[in-house]
Amino acid sequence: MTFGRLEFASLRIGQKLAVHYFAVAMVLFLAQMLFGLLAAWQFLDPAFLFGVLDFNVNRMVHINAMVVWMLYGFIGSIYWLVEDEAGVPLAGPRIAKAAFWVFTVAVTIVVVVYLFVQSGPGDAWTLWLINEGREYIEAPRWADIGIVVCMLAIFYNVAGTFLAGRWSGISGVLVLDLVALAGLYLAGMFYTTNLPMDQYWWWWVIHLWVEATWEVLVGCIMAWGLIKTLGARRRIVTTWLYIEVALMFGSGILGLGHHYFWIGTPEYWLGVGGFFSALEPIPLVAMVVHAVYDAGRHAFRANNHPALAWLIAHAFGNFLGAGVWGFMQTLPQINLYTHGTQWSSSHGHLAFFGAYVTIIVAMIYVAVQRLRGNAWMSAGLQGGWRWKWALGLTHLGMMGMTVALLIAGYEQSFVERAIGGSTWQAYFEGQTQPWFVEAMWWRMAFGVLMTFGVVLLLWDLVRIGVGEKRPMKVVGGLDDVEETGSGPVPEGSAAG
Amino acid sequence: MAEGADEPRREWWASEDFWRKCAIFVTGFMALVLVMLTFHTLTVIEAGSEAGRVPAYSVINHRIGYEFDEQRNFAVPVIGPPAPLFGEMLSEEEARRLVDHGKLTVQARNCMNCHTLLGNGAYYAPDLTKAWLDPGWGNEAAREILMTRFLDDPIANARTFGTGRRMPDPNLTEAELRGVIAYLKWMSAIDTNGFPHGFTPLPQGPLTGGGR
Ligand code: HEM
Ligand code: HEM
Ligand SMILES: [Fe+2]
Repeated sequence: MTFGRLEFASLRIGQKLAVHYFAVAMVLFLAQMLFGLLAAWQFLDPAFLFGVLDFNVNRMVHINAMVVWMLYGFIGSIYWLVEDEAGVPLAGPRIAKAAFWVFTVAVTIVVVVYLFVQSGPGDAWTLWLINEGREYIEAPRWADIGIVVCMLAIFYNVAGTFLAGRWSGISGVLVLDLVALAGLYLAGMFYTTNLPMDQYWWWWVIHLWVEATWEVLVGCIMAWGLIKTLGARRRIVTTWLYIEVALMFGSGILGLGHHYFWIGTPEYWLGVGGFFSALEPIPLVAMVVHAVYDAGRHAFRANNHPALAWLIAHAFGNFLGAGVWGFMQTLPQINLYTHGTQWSSSHGHLAFFGAYVTIIVAMIYVAVQRLRGNAWMSAGLQGGWRWKWALGLTHLGMMGMTVALLIAGYEQSFVERAIGGSTWQAYFEGQTQPWFVEAMWWRMAFGVLMTFGVVLLLWDLVRIGVGEKRPMKVVGGLDDVEETGSGPVPEGSAAG
Repeated sequence: MAEGADEPRREWWASEDFWRKCAIFVTGFMALVLVMLTFHTLTVIEAGSEAGRVPAYSVINHRIGYEFDEQRNFAVPVIGPPAPLFGEMLSEEEARRLVDHGKLTVQARNCMNCHTLLGNGAYYAPDLTKAWLDPGWGNEAAREILMTRFLDDPIANARTFGTGRRMPDPNLTEAELRGVIAYLKWMSAIDTNGFPHGFTPLPQGPLTGGGR
């Protein structure tokens, strides 16, 4: 066998597609970083690119690139594991390829229009062709329809493959979750004059994606990832997955109410939203316990160190960014002051990074290992400093930005909201306080640091394993007896 | 715990089957509750519904206040006597069309990626929930003129309070501009459970007499 060579030709069909999706995802990740830097710089120098690429354009590209590349990352991950999990070749490979290209061309057109057309007259045509003007789901309606069609195609591939092959706990959850995820997108595809009505459904997409269906999707990926990198036992992992689904949907579905405090919706949402969203950190704690328990139980003997490290980072990042940072502002008594301030931005950054960037990167490392002909990626890896530094720099940069934004958010809630009564003047008083201004500089500095980390990460992804002669470490022998179901129950497995 | 079970190999709480059922039941139940609450909420937030939380579009024909409500213990919008926008009393349908044009324009010009609306959006520029009532406009008589002038040329009329942050010119047509102001006026009359807290509107005439 030769290592360090790209073994693209020997991949399964789904895996080849996954590599395509991952590649586009990483390009968009870099674009997201660059537009984030532009927007952040405009906080410091508002004249920068004024009238050329205004803040709203940069920010829109920043967050849309994020949403899209994460979807690419998820779709890639699913294509990567579907044939392995089902035990049969991908159903409908032609359709799958077409969906990839249609999706990618559509995304390209949307971005070009965002950058060069930017906005249009106040009529329905603009919403159909240029920009829908609703945060996170700005994509014009024609692209929405394109996305739905691609999603249907992808769903056909995934469900079709499992139907032809074998089902498992993971695939069952995955397929049902995909139905919900795609269905929810429809809630964001209409126009209404009524702003509370608009925001009511808008949050169905945003919240029920990130705090329900995306969480469960990454739960499936995590389950599969632990089996692959550690050789964790399927029965335990699947049981955990069900527990997480119960806890996540149990809290996250009604937790939606934490966005219905102040948008004109009835007062009962203060109680419903406050209560259920306050429970949302529980499944995230469960996920940490699960991942750390499994990793510890296998004494961290993994065949892919970078992937395992990013999986662990996912468990902690999800808990910290979504669980802790989300909880901090989720009770209505607090949210009254923090709503619509840099607090949300602080939480939004750490949550998306901790919960979703991490696990997608982990899956890409899994894929890269296979691409390198299942090369050694455990201890003593050649050029191993790269992935470690990339991991360190991205995390340091993200934590730095998060803390800077949190400080700015505290100050803003205090000066603008609590004391100033949220007038325009109070807003600007908040924005000119030294605490705020300095925090914006720190955010910029840590943003640059994180960008270095991302560049290093991309470099590592194309270089890791090159020249590596040792084959992949074998894992999972630990529990072979148990897997047959006839052995004794090892201690601790009950809690698994 | 699972005393009576035939196969006591696994405690019930460690069994895959138990948690699968649990996941299905919990998800179904929560989704059902959400759907029921949604049906109720949708009737409440219909513009002009009896609940009075989201006003009819013709509210732009009236003066709008924001006053402390003893019973609810926070400030709520108060709909006052007629004070037609741009001096024109509009029918419900005309008002709806004007506000609609405003909302379309706000979406088409991507305002939400700098501002927040009802607190949602971006944090580069002030919240627009109570923009119509902002004391920055001085007083009731000057407001329409100043707002029109500002939205017509936000660069020349910028007040950046030392941040240097100006609003780019959205190049609004006359009709779009009127629509946007109507939309903002209507928005300021939405009952937001006391958000933003502690907000004091600009000085206006009396709110009693002739209200709806
Ligand atoms: C991975 C999961 C999560 C992600 C990616 C995420 C992301 C976000 C983002 C981006 C926003 C800002 C939305 C905007 O632009 O207006 C937001 C708002 C919010 N999130 Fe999360 N979140 C997650 C989980 C959670 C959890 C678990 C909680 C509660 C425990 C939470 C509580 C909140 C609250 C209360 C707000 C509203 C902030 C406001 O008042 O505007 N989030 N979230
Ligand atoms: C170079 C690093 C980055 C910089 C400089 C940066 C900068 C920014 C800026 C200036 C905004 C606008 C905030 C506002 O409206 O005031 C923003 C929004 C946002 N960014 Fe980033 N960003 C970076 C990386 C990231 C990453 C890695 C993620 C997630 C994975 C992310 C997710 C978001 C989200 C979710 C929002 C919307 C937040 C909200 O509305 O509450 N950003 N970013
Ligand atoms: Fe949420």
